[in-house]
Parts: sequence; C-alpha cells; structure tokens
Amino acid sequence: MPDSTPAVHNLKHHFADLEQQKDSSTFAMWLFLVTEIMFFGGLFAAYLIYRLYYFNAWVAGSQTMEIKLGAINTAVLICSSLTMVLAVHSAKLGNRKLTSLFLILTLVLGFTFLGVKAVEYHGHWEHHEVPGANFHFEHEGNFDPNQVQIFFSLYFAMTGMHAFHMIIGGGLLLWLLISNLRGRFSTEYNTPVEMVGLYWHFVDLVWIYLFPLLYLISHHHNG
Amino acid sequence: METTNLSTEKKTNYLNADYSIKSWLLTTDHKRIGLLYLASITVFFLLGGIFAMLIRLELLTPAGDLVLADTYNKLFTMHGVVMIFLFLIPSVPAVLGNFLVPLMIGAKDLAMPKLNLASWYIFIVGAGFILYAILTGGLDTGWTFYTPYATTYSNTNVVSAALGVFITGFSSIFTGLNIIVTVHKMRAPGLTWRRLPLFIWAHYAASVIMVLGTPVLAITIVLVALERLFHFGIFDARLGGDPLLFQHLFWFYSHPAVYIMVLPGMGIISEIIACFARKRPFGYDFVAMSSIAIAVLGFLVWAHHMYVAGISTYAAMIFSLLTFFVAIPSAVKVFNWTATLYKGSITFASPLLYVFAYIGLFMVGGLTGVFLAAVGIDLHVTDTYFVVAHFHYVMVGASVTAFLAGMHFWWPKITGKMYPEFAAKISGLLVFCGFNLTFFPQFLLGYLGMPRRYHAYPPEFQVLNVLSTAGASILAIGFLLPMLYFAWSLRYGKDAGPNPFNAAGLEWQTASPPPTYNFEETPVVTWEAYNYDEIDSPQKGVEVAG
Repeated sequence: MPDSTPAVHNLKHHFADLEQQKDSSTFAMWLFLVTEIMFFGGLFAAYLIYRLYYFNAWVAGSQTMEIKLGAINTAVLICSSLTMVLAVHSAKLGNRKLTSLFLILTLVLGFTFLGVKAVEYHGHWEHHEVPGANFHFEHEGNFDPNQVQIFFSLYFAMTGMHAFHMIIGGGLLLWLLISNLRGRFSTEYNTPVEMVGLYWHFVDLVWIYLFPLLYLISHHHNG
Repeated sequence: METTNLSTEKKTNYLNADYSIKSWLLTTDHKRIGLLYLASITVFFLLGGIFAMLIRLELLTPAGDLVLADTYNKLFTMHGVVMIFLFLIPSVPAVLGNFLVPLMIGAKDLAMPKLNLASWYIFIVGAGFILYAILTGGLDTGWTFYTPYATTYSNTNVVSAALGVFITGFSSIFTGLNIIVTVHKMRAPGLTWRRLPLFIWAHYAASVIMVLGTPVLAITIVLVALERLFHFGIFDARLGGDPLLFQHLFWFYSHPAVYIMVLPGMGIISEIIACFARKRPFGYDFVAMSSIAIAVLGFLVWAHHMYVAGISTYAAMIFSLLTFFVAIPSAVKVFNWTATLYKGSITFASPLLYVFAYIGLFMVGGLTGVFLAAVGIDLHVTDTYFVVAHFHYVMVGASVTAFLAGMHFWWPKITGKMYPEFAAKISGLLVFCGFNLTFFPQFLLGYLGMPRRYHAYPPEFQVLNVLSTAGASILAIGFLLPMLYFAWSLRYGKDAGPNPFNAAGLEWQTASPPPTYNFEETPVVTWEAYNYDEIDSPQKGVEVAG
C-alpha cells in the first residue's frame, strides 16, 4: 500500500483506468439528478394544476410570503454555489487548504439558508398557516380557505423536500471536508468533490424555481 | 481452448472464494448480490403465494365462509404489494440482470458495486417496513393505495407500508442507474451497441423506466404519508384536493412499472430462443429497438387505468389510441421470436419449453390488453375478473415464466451444476397447464360480470371459481418443484462445464461458476452477437465439443 501512488490507490478494481472511473461517476451523478428532477417534477405538476384550479387562493397564499427572507435566502444559496465551484476548482488544483476553506464556507451558507427557512416556518406556524387542525386563514377574497391550505400544503411539501435535500447536502459536505483534511483528494483524484458539487448546484437550482413560483409570481396581483 | 482447462481443474470461483457470512453480507460482487436478491425474492414469492392460496381457498365457495370481508381485503392487498414491490419488480433485473449484465458485456463488475450492495440493503429495509405493516394488522387499501381511502379512512398500517414501498423504490432506482451506467461505460473492447445481447437492450430499456418512473411514485407516496399524518389536503376532495391527481401520479409510475416487470423477461426470451434454435434472432435491430419503443410508449398510456375515474372523454380517447400503439413493439417481438424459430435447428430443452409457455401466455395477456385499451370494452369489464386475468397473464404468465426460463438457462452458469432435465420439463408443463386453468376461467368470470376484490359471489359463478382454485394448486406445485430440484442439483447435479448449451455470449466463455472477477482476461470482441453460424460450423464445433 505505501508504495502505490494516490492515483493507483484510488482506482477501483473493476475499472481499466481513472478516466473510465471518472466518466462512470459523472454519468451516474447526472442520471441521479434526472431522477431528482422526476421526484420534484411530481410536486411541480401538482403545483401547476392547483394554481390553475385555485388561482385566487394561490394569489392570497403567495402574498403571505416573506419576500425579504426569501430573497436573502436566494442570495445565500447563489453564494453557496459560488463557494462550491471554488471548492471544486481548488480540489482540482490540489490546494487542500483552500478546498477546506471553501467547503466550510459552503456549509456555513447552507446552514444559514436552513436557519432563515426555520424562521420563516416559525412565522407560518404563528400565523396559523400550517395545514391541519391549527390552520386558519382570514381573507376577503371569494374563495374557500381550504384552497389556501392546499397552497400551504404544497409550499411545505416543496420547500420541506428542498430543505431535506439541503440537509443531506450538508452531510455530504461534512464528509468531503473530513476526507479532504485526511488528504484523500489530489490533482488526479477529486471526483467526489465534483460529484457533490453537481448535487449542490442541483439543489440550488430547485430553489431558483421555488422562489419565484411560491413568493414572486402572484405577489402584485390583486386577486 | 482454455475454457476446457477451466472446467476440469478445481478453480477458485465467486462461490468458493470465501464461505464466511461476512463475505456474503459485505460483498460487492454483483454475482453474490444477485444471489442475495434471489434468496430474498424467493422468500417474498412464497409469502405472496400463501396470500394467493388463501384468496383462492376463500373463493372456492360462493359464501364468504373462510375469512371475513376485512381479512379478505387485507389478503388481496398484501398479495399485490408483496408480489409487485418485493418480487416482480426486482425479480429479473436485480437477480439475473445483476448477475449477467457485467458477464455479458465482458466487465469485472457493475460500474458501482457498493451502490449495488446498498441497493440490496435498501430493499431489505423497505421490505422490513412492509412486513411490519403486514404483521401489525395488515393493509387493506389495495396495492394501489387509492385516496381518499388510503389517506383518510383505512384503519390499517398504511404509513408503514407506504414507507416500505417508498424505500424499496430507491433500491430499484439504484439498480436501474447501475445497469445504465454499466452498459454505457463498461463494455469490453469491440463490443459495440449493435453487438450487445438483446438481454442487455431489454435491461437497458427497463432501467430507463426505473430511473424515470420510480421517483414519481416516491414523491406521490410522500404526499400520501403527509396527507395521512399532517392532514395535507392535496388529494382530499373535502379540502379542495383532487383524488384523481393521485391516480395520475400513481399510474405514471405504475403503468410503466408493468414494463419494468416484462421487458427484462423479454430479453431472456430472446437469448434462449436464439440458443435453442441455433440462429441469430430474426431482425435483431427491430427487437432491440422495440424494447426502447416499449419503454418510451409505456410512459404515455397511464390514464387507461382511469377510464371510469372521471377523466374527460377526449383524454380517454387519446390514451386509448396511445395504448394501442404499445401493441406494435410488443407484437414485433413476438413475430420476430417466432420467425427466429422458423427453420431453426430446435432442441426442446426445458428453458425453451418455458419460452413456448411464455409466448402463448404473453400473447393472451397482450391481446386482452388491447381489448382493455378500447374504452367501450373497458367500461364493461372494469374492476372485474377480466382485468385480473389480463394482468396475471402478463405479470405471472409472461414475467414469472420468463424468470423461470432464465433461471433454468443460466442456473448452470450461476452454480456450475445441471438441474434434472426431466423434472424441469414436468414443472414447465405444470406451470403452463396450472396457469391457464387458474386464470382462463377468470376471463369468463369477468366477462360475465364478477367484480374483483369481493370475498363472496353469486352461486352461478362457482364452477369457474372451482376450476380456478384447482388450477392454482397445480400452478403452486409447478412453482415449488423448481425450488426443490434446483436445491437438489446443488449437491447432486452433474457438473455443467463452462457452456453446457453451446450458447453464444460472453457469459458462456468463462468458467461456471465464474471466477470472482468474471474473466481471467478482459475479452476483446471481434464477432457479431449470436454468431451461431460460426459456433456450429464444423471446425469450430470440434473445438467446443473438446
């Protein structure tokens, strides 16, 4: 073991060379992201259908959103994508210290996002906007408050699933950080950093769709 | 040839390399993982079979005298859930696909061996949740989990069962992902796409469905669980939700899931027919592309399960038309298989008997599917035994028969032992006769108007029901026999040698059982698939026989 270079050590037995191994990982990761698109796709389909059914309720629900917090979170996530790219870049250059730094920054930004989201969730709870027995919605529009409850059901399902993916992403970043501190990555072998990067960008991208659909799209519409 | 040396010497292979339990539970060898799956799904097949037999026993008499109505609801639900999610979905791809895909393309393993092992563990965890639901009072929603019954009214353990289905879904996603990446990136030098065995094409197509369809089922089940636990109203009409949306999302996966169960089996049929007719499959390109066509069209037909659920007439007409289209690639396969047999040098070995059974049963299942695709006929027979008979012809008559055909064909490769040929032929015959006796009367019952999912029925239906129950007993023996003689062959079977059927394909060019890394040297492919002309030509024939 000691005499093998890191590159050979990282080559799994069933691959001919590192290039084939990396190609396989990358292809698998993109395929996995396709499955994720289908997963969120079900939710987006439900959103679309109910928005067409219950447009007025959708406007009312959308107007309760804290745009400022949503916007801050969007900025936080975009920044985290930047730090993630920089982490991947540093790992490819073999700069271990910078890689760790950017991974930590990405983690911090990820948790900032989750913190802000928790504040928002708490606000919804206080305003009786969480679906279930506690749900109560005062309004002047001509529609059934249950329809707004469906808006909030989808809001919590979509942002909740997104937050769940963020938490998994956080775990992956932590694993990368530990591996990096142990010196597992080099200029020849840094595939895991790149793969987690792809995942992280995907999760960010989901939010880039969620923010306008849930917060912005009906904000200035007068039901 | 060096293959002859392999058969005479006692070599290290994937089975005798290490006997410890740990070496099985922590293996990343696709062949061992295939066997882990085989053991698991066999258990679930027996469990699902017990539920089936209880159902058939209850239906022996018109009165609901063996079990209560509620118990009966649970029996058919658990039969469906266990058979579909724990047996049929993983059966061919996770057992034979797992075992054979790397061997057939000359690779040492699947592209992601650890993910492969993880997918088995995920499967076991998911199965654990389903078993937990079964043991704590069962499940009575039907395998379809229709809302609002599943979300609001059922008093059974829906959440645990749903969670189990959700989790096993990921095992299916990971198996599909692994197969796709492996086929793209791990093929031996010279093995171009058009030299791939049709088994690989069929698995590739099924994997595309697993990867694209299963996540939609996953999110649907999440929504059902959220609705049940936290009173989300997404599928609840009282709260303005739409139960039809559930059915759309559910069938978006669950119709293509039928092709997950059928396509890999079709790959098996193509391999076996070519081998025992000693011919290249007629119209290789068409058979390969028909798999892809089935996968694509399979995603466009889901609402034919919902003709009576309240979708618009125009939507029903479009879905009806699209469903008819699926018959085209399916028929291409059947015609090409029979054309391959035409003027072939046929050996009536037991795998081929299963294939003949398959073709007959699949044709009945497929053609009655065309009946059901027609809106007018479907309205008449919706939720009757006609539908039950139709999908059993496809999912048992076709899929399970194909699985058994494949198990017989590759058993010598998997274990290095031959099974008793005579017993295999008898069991093939029992399966074919027992199956038809079980399910053909159900077409008649359905057409006469007997609804599915009731534990009692009018006395005039009794004769046909007795026939069906009698057939089920014969079918059960037909299914149990292979388990017995396969186990027997492990100890007493003749040594198979690397290629007992003199078949084409890379998997037959290595020892039986194969060594841990499959091939001594990575093969280089310089010939076309199914080169039976070359194999059977005189000078080559001597080599193989020696």
